[in-house]
Amino acid sequence: MNIILRLAWRNIWRQPRRTWLTAGAMVFSNVLLVFMMSFQFGMYSLMIDNSLQALTGHMQVQAPGYVDDQRMRQTVADVGDLSRSLREQLASDTIAARAQAFVLASSDERSYGIAIIGVEPHFEQKVSNISGLVSKGRFLSENDAAEIVVGAVLARNLRVNIGDELTILGSGVDGSFAAAVVTVIGIFDSGVPDLDRTLAEIPLGLFNDVFYMEGAGHHVVVNAPTVDFAPALQAELEALLPEDADLVVHDWDRLLPGLKQAIQADLSSSFFMYGVLAILVAFSVLNTQLMSVLERTHEFGIVMALGLKPGRLGRLVMLETVMIGLLGAVIGALLGSILTWYFSFSGFQIPGMEEMAIQFNLPARLYPQVTALSLLLGPGIVFVFSLLAAVYPALRLRWLQPVDAMRAA
Amino acid sequence: MNTLRVLLMLAWRNLWRNHRRTFIMLAAISVGVWAMIFMTALTQGMVNEMVKDGVSALPGHVQVHHPNYRDDPNINNLIPMADTELSAKFAAAGFEQWASRIKVPAVITSERESRGVTLLGIDPNRERDLTFVDYEDIDGRFLEDEADKGVVIGRKLAETLDTDVGKRIVIMSQDPKNDIADRGFRVVGLFGANMQSLEETYVFAGKQTIQKLLSVGDHVTELVAMGDDYRNVEPVYEKVVKLVDDSVVVNRWFELDSYLGTMLRVMDGFVLIWVVVIFLALSFGLVNTLVMAVFERVREIGLMLALGMKPSSILGQIIIESMLLLVIGLAIGNVLAVASIAPLNSGIDISIVAEGMEMMGSASVLYPQLRMEDVILANVVVLILGFFASLSPAWRASRFQPIEAITRVD
Repeated sequence: MNIILRLAWRNIWRQPRRTWLTAGAMVFSNVLLVFMMSFQFGMYSLMIDNSLQALTGHMQVQAPGYVDDQRMRQTVADVGDLSRSLREQLASDTIAARAQAFVLASSDERSYGIAIIGVEPHFEQKVSNISGLVSKGRFLSENDAAEIVVGAVLARNLRVNIGDELTILGSGVDGSFAAAVVTVIGIFDSGVPDLDRTLAEIPLGLFNDVFYMEGAGHHVVVNAPTVDFAPALQAELEALLPEDADLVVHDWDRLLPGLKQAIQADLSSSFFMYGVLAILVAFSVLNTQLMSVLERTHEFGIVMALGLKPGRLGRLVMLETVMIGLLGAVIGALLGSILTWYFSFSGFQIPGMEEMAIQFNLPARLYPQVTALSLLLGPGIVFVFSLLAAVYPALRLRWLQPVDAMRAA
Repeated sequence: MNTLRVLLMLAWRNLWRNHRRTFIMLAAISVGVWAMIFMTALTQGMVNEMVKDGVSALPGHVQVHHPNYRDDPNINNLIPMADTELSAKFAAAGFEQWASRIKVPAVITSERESRGVTLLGIDPNRERDLTFVDYEDIDGRFLEDEADKGVVIGRKLAETLDTDVGKRIVIMSQDPKNDIADRGFRVVGLFGANMQSLEETYVFAGKQTIQKLLSVGDHVTELVAMGDDYRNVEPVYEKVVKLVDDSVVVNRWFELDSYLGTMLRVMDGFVLIWVVVIFLALSFGLVNTLVMAVFERVREIGLMLALGMKPSSILGQIIIESMLLLVIGLAIGNVLAVASIAPLNSGIDISIVAEGMEMMGSASVLYPQLRMEDVILANVVVLILGFFASLSPAWRASRFQPIEAITRVD
């Protein structure tokens, strides 16, 4: 073993309690960081998946401007043909066309303003989880049937059940009066209040007739296997769109801008807190290393008089810090992942989580997962801060005069 | 008393024997305390804005409805008592603010577009200070009285509907017999609000006009009263309960919006957790410092014991030293926190993440809120936990055997 290495190792154990207290501060912070980051990163990806899988999808082909205004006349012409040709060209069936309108829906007793979406029944099931959330009745099946699937809260508010009729009143794409009578065949319960209260789906063929769409729709949803593949697929998709058609592709961040920003806002406030923890650990290290250097002034003076370069002494002090830092990082990461591992089975619930969970499309109980990033990032930050803190004590040695140092008590 | 003064002086002098260590520890405590208070003020500010916006979007600290209205916000679930009679009672009760209104779902249609909205039939003179509308920032005019025949809609809604001040729109809703009630209105004003969703959702019209449209005579769906502080709505609640009979339900705002109510409670818990976490991170350094201080002075402590100083005095001396350190650190930390929050009081612009904040229910300007109770909480927690953290090194020092301690060589 290298002599400097051995020297450093012995030095840190000259004051075992101090070393453990310094490493303890690191362990404490690291356990917290590993757990919190595993929890947060898991939560973010759930938030993204859950928010996108109901309606938004990974990306949508739309007419320019539709994303901001959602006007009836901002249409995609021949939307059914477009989605069919995209399915063929991309060899994927997670692509579906839709059209959307706002109408007044009336049952025998009640009337509510709702958003109504025309979907391709067969392909809609591949891009949205709403068909899987139908708790009563069934999802749409035929493209022209006068059938409707409504949200659970909406069904309750309208006082309708499977088999009841609804009248929908609105305006067609040309501004003319549009009306239809449809039969409720399914009720979905997504747990997202906004969807359950204000959303209904009808077949795209029926939508086309009722709202005088003449084959046009409002967007084509395109899903990648997972959200990570979305950017690559988007590039491929953009190249496939006909040159002359005035169409744009928007990714989920553009379609649902609040989502990424909510994550960023949460992330930046947490990183402020993590930064503070790391700084406090750094102070602890600074204190310990400065004390340990000052204590050894006499001994450092002697070894310098014997010819040891101040640079080497500085490296010795840094090496000691690295050792304490590694001790804190390894134990902290280990305990942190054990803690996270425990909660990955039992789940984790913050009091009041339920209401917040609904707001962000999350389940009430979360199961954090340790990932390489969540395991290494926190301890890595703490380690770097600790090293930075030791720079000053190490540099002090450069100005040490052997004779003065030996005179020190 | 005299002993205490001596101990205090000893502790004070001991503190400055190793001034470098003391300064580092002071820096750590100050930064920790600063972070405790600063972060707390930011989150409290955020929650405060969220709740304030949420309460003003409801709006009303205490609300009266038909028992079925919350579950089924329909025109059939009217408050059974006549509006004029109830209003007279409320007016006489001397609330800070109160109003009665009709609030029902409706569809609004321009020549080109339709949207689902919440229609509010209000008495504009009563609602002046109640809503989220910024009256300084209105295109056209706001409603003039409860018989006003115009409507005021949000700017964003006007944009999607392709309409403007002076143009006509149609509002459709249902009357109690479930016949479609529809009527053309002229848009007389556009309002702006600090959240886009408010501009998209709410449509204001005169109360009497809407009562006529929906043929509900002298009835309303909602009666609200405001106190001066959303954190303390009990006095208003009790007053309202006395005014109404049991044909209606009375709710406080946090019962109506459980997300906001929960946020407020969770945040108070968060503040405590945050303060304790920071303290724990600090405590390692604090204990370390004390252990070092005791360790350096083994011989002198032994000498003091041999000369007849009581072990309890040694214990006291170390604890006083630790408390002095904490008190100075706290003082600096508090001053830093106040000094860094003061320039931010005019608001921090976080509009880069505006839509994300809106998803959480908060607007895009953050006003840090420095609350006395949070500052006191942070200080008290640090002092109490600091006391317990210093017990072990202090206890150890007071248990030294004089002979062993004096003769110890390091």
